[in-house]
Amino acid sequence: MTELKYLIFLGCAIPYRVSAYEISTRRVAEKLGIKLVDMPNYNCCGLPVDPVSHELTLALAARNLCVAEQQGLNIMALCPGCAGTLRKVNKMLKEDRKLKELVNGYLKETGLEFKGNIEVKHLIQALAEDIGFEKIKGAVQKPLNTLKVAEHNGCHVLRPVKYIGFDDPENPLILKNLIEATGAKCLDYMDETECCGAPIIGVNEEIPLQLAKDKLRHIKDAGAQAMVTICPFCHMMFDTNQSRIERIFNETFGLPVLHYPQLLGLAMGFSPEELALKELRVDASKLVSIL
Amino acid sequence: MSETKETEFKGAEQTIVLKITDIDPKFKYEINKIPGAEKIMLCFQCGTCTADCPIARFSDTYRPRQILRMTQLGLKSRVLSSDLIWLCAACFACVDHCPQDVEIASVLRALRNLAVKGGYLPAVYKELTSNILQTGLAYKIPDSRLKRRGEIGLPSLPKADLESVNKLADATGFLKAIQTRRT
Repeated sequence: MTELKYLIFLGCAIPYRVSAYEISTRRVAEKLGIKLVDMPNYNCCGLPVDPVSHELTLALAARNLCVAEQQGLNIMALCPGCAGTLRKVNKMLKEDRKLKELVNGYLKETGLEFKGNIEVKHLIQALAEDIGFEKIKGAVQKPLNTLKVAEHNGCHVLRPVKYIGFDDPENPLILKNLIEATGAKCLDYMDETECCGAPIIGVNEEIPLQLAKDKLRHIKDAGAQAMVTICPFCHMMFDTNQSRIERIFNETFGLPVLHYPQLLGLAMGFSPEELALKELRVDASKLVSIL
Repeated sequence: MSETKETEFKGAEQTIVLKITDIDPKFKYEINKIPGAEKIMLCFQCGTCTADCPIARFSDTYRPRQILRMTQLGLKSRVLSSDLIWLCAACFACVDHCPQDVEIASVLRALRNLAVKGGYLPAVYKELTSNILQTGLAYKIPDSRLKRRGEIGLPSLPKADLESVNKLADATGFLKAIQTRRT
């Protein structure tokens, strides 16, 4: 069998403030037999500048894709924003010859040319498609049978359908199944597929905080003991901002928000230290102690 | 967001007072040439986008349907100078649900791109773009963070190819767009 090897695309937000997500991903990937190669001289995926210049977004994304093509490896991104953007631009450039010519024109100065011979996946897509639920179940040493959690998919892992083509954005099941592979129960709740609001927090704080507050409330009401995310921005809204949301809206949640590979890692027998659980803003030690 | 802007927008729906000189009848053709915004003319104002928009749910003024109509009508300067176009979170729920296959979020992006060319750039985007030109990444990662990676067992962060990033910013016309910005 060929070795499962990916270029790991870290993006900007993860090295900036969410190393726990990276640490836990590297741990579980290694144990599951995914070899992660650090992507040389990558740059921002392009998404943050899309509102400013769509052309620059295309060019930045395409440059990353070309670097991967030179390495001859597919990309695995941890951030849905990066995964979504690289996946979308990859598809657009592969299918639209005129657009490819335009973007290759931008790239010419840098000595690169988009060819279109690699694929891009988000972490959960790689886990679901390349490892598979059965193998993940098989890697579980300490099933989290007593745990009830709620998931929050990052929008860009799923939408827009016509560019992403992964899972069903109206009723996403893949993250749920990945969670349930650990033995934990994944609960349904209201507005499950709704955005966390993070992308506009730089221009308006009020709306995203209300959005996140509502989701935390619905998750709490559903009876979840923890929340599981797969995006550094969603994680910031629910974990980093949780105490602020509690203060502003005079509510108490105390809901630990785990990165999916942290949850999987616990079930695979890694210690909380190995998975950097201490880096979470909302204390998860009580949760871990009951597992 | 300024109070006046909100009132102006509300006004557009409540009282129909449009000066013919405020209208740019060719604006829609400027927009429908932009990739992703091609189908703007197919919007028949059903309001599915607004109904499905998580931001609209918590805002009294942000209505994607309304922004699309104003764009079709040619209210160019009102749309491009409005703070409201910067409220789309790009969750793409509207894109998936539009019965006319209009990429609403992409129309919003096209409007923002034009607003930038017209001299409007919110501070947060100014910072993100300047970070990208200086470091290759959207955030300036402090040295302490970079050093800490080694201490916690992570490989060092690859250095971005800044020369290439800046060449791309130049080739795409981005540098020119932000230099001509009115500040």
